[in-house]
Amino acid sequence: MSDHEYTPKSKLGKWFNDRLPLLTLSNHLQEYPTPKNLNYWWTFGGILTFCLITQIITGLILAMHYVASADLAFGSVEHIMRDVNYGWLMRYVHANGASMFFLAVYIHIFRSLYYGSYKSPREVIWIIGMIIYFLMMATAFMGYVLPWGQMSFWGATVITNLFSAIPFVGESVTNWLWGGYAVDNPTLTRFYSLHYLFPFLIFGLVILHIWALHVPGNNNPIGIDLKKPSKDTVPFHPYIVIKDIFALLIFLIVFAFFVFYSPNILGHADNYIEANPLVTPAHIVPEWYLLPFYAILRSIPDKLFGVIAMFAAIFVLVILPWLDTSKVRSAIFRPLYKQFYWFLVADVLILGYVGAMPAEGLYLLVARIATAYYFLHFLVILPVLGAKEKTLDVPLSLTEPVLGGSTNEAIIKKKKEI
Amino acid sequence: MSEEKKTNRRDFIFTASYALGAVGVGAAVWPLVDQMNPDASVKALASTEVDVSGVEVGQSITVLWRGKPVFIRRRTSEEIAKAKDVNLDDLPHPETDEDRAKNPEWLVMLGVCTHLGCVPLGDKGEYGGWFCPCHGSHYDTSGRIRKGPAPTNMEVPKYEFVNSNTIKIG
Repeated sequence: MSDHEYTPKSKLGKWFNDRLPLLTLSNHLQEYPTPKNLNYWWTFGGILTFCLITQIITGLILAMHYVASADLAFGSVEHIMRDVNYGWLMRYVHANGASMFFLAVYIHIFRSLYYGSYKSPREVIWIIGMIIYFLMMATAFMGYVLPWGQMSFWGATVITNLFSAIPFVGESVTNWLWGGYAVDNPTLTRFYSLHYLFPFLIFGLVILHIWALHVPGNNNPIGIDLKKPSKDTVPFHPYIVIKDIFALLIFLIVFAFFVFYSPNILGHADNYIEANPLVTPAHIVPEWYLLPFYAILRSIPDKLFGVIAMFAAIFVLVILPWLDTSKVRSAIFRPLYKQFYWFLVADVLILGYVGAMPAEGLYLLVARIATAYYFLHFLVILPVLGAKEKTLDVPLSLTEPVLGGSTNEAIIKKKKEI
Repeated sequence: MSEEKKTNRRDFIFTASYALGAVGVGAAVWPLVDQMNPDASVKALASTEVDVSGVEVGQSITVLWRGKPVFIRRRTSEEIAKAKDVNLDDLPHPETDEDRAKNPEWLVMLGVCTHLGCVPLGDKGEYGGWFCPCHGSHYDTSGRIRKGPAPTNMEVPKYEFVNSNTIKIG
């Protein structure tokens, strides 16, 4: 960061900035040198910030009308839908907003995987991001419980029962989580409290995520280190701001389509039936964004190991910067990794699909193969590729591929040989 | 100063302060953790009495006890025979039917799948007992796990016949 020299123009600004350097921060955010070759996959950070703020605002409003009580919750949600002015809009934006949030976060994560954004020196950004992702899943799960429909209740039962797999203390832990001997009113009220808290934790982590990003600066599609500021960078404002806003508008079209034309397509009809502790719906599935992990859980025939595999599937992402040992960041210069990347994308989509299907017959077999491949990718393929893969020559700067006349000695040597 | 690091009074005071601090923090945090455990009003609902006089042979009823469903089934003689005629070595969680149903006609157990807590469906599954729709666990006519991801048999709660028509659960 080279903006220490910044001094505000006005006298008042200078007086204030000497006491609290907010204007220096604002100047840094405007001038922040950004790689000029960032493509649209880089706009999802801004989109995600928008999603978080939307969820917090609509959630705040819903909390004004919702009642966290096993007897009243279901009715209060219907009250929001039917009686509260624009209540339907707030609830549909909040419910579909969660799905949009996950859609954006998955694109954001897979962008990092493709361009190697998690590699040195950006490991801490990546790990904070994974903590945010984990908190997002916890928040979304607890939010889904609040309407106290059948899927809410049985989803809560199945997920909290995951902890009963812990040897020896499993039962005490689940009773502690429930505040009783089954999911009931105490469970609902504590989930409500935590569902309100977690978005603010996420907000704090987002600030750390961006702070950690601004230390080394953005990665870019070529994946090389840039001199900053230089001919390879542009100031964040207005260049990236405008691009982010344009991408956000496109994203909002998709968002609005779900909210206004098919607000319930991502939910389950069973959740419009009030929770009944005596009847389990015939087919329990979590929300779509948790399906790949659900498929991994179900593919292991042992309860404890199923739960371990599911959490390991997330943990393996946390340690990814040390599993992928290749020095080249971008998949553009990694011909083999590029193929395995798309295999992984397909694998996760397959896991998501079989996660929504009954766990039997062919679906179960496919789920098992896909689970095995998921871990194989991270634990075997990536370390082997790091050692064996023959990567392409990486340019030394962004302008080089355009202007020719490479300064990369390896490329010069190759050209001479031709 | 000598090279050797000697433990002095100050080190002792530091260690003692940390230890006391840790005990203090622990004591202050415990109420914050324990408040989430089942409270007195939840524990007060620990037992339920059920009138089973209306239950015919081959019928079952489901009652709520501690927020969980309890299956009370008056089994037919075929079901009892089927439950008894099992080699214990074939069971993932070996228990005899006699241990699970003191009075063989009456099977009383928590209607909670031991996998992830769903309520299994009656008269279903490959063993003529219960089948859990969530993740495909099959239970036999004694509520024992036979096939699927559930680790143990459905739990038999503490219960007793108060008289010939009434079962007290808990």
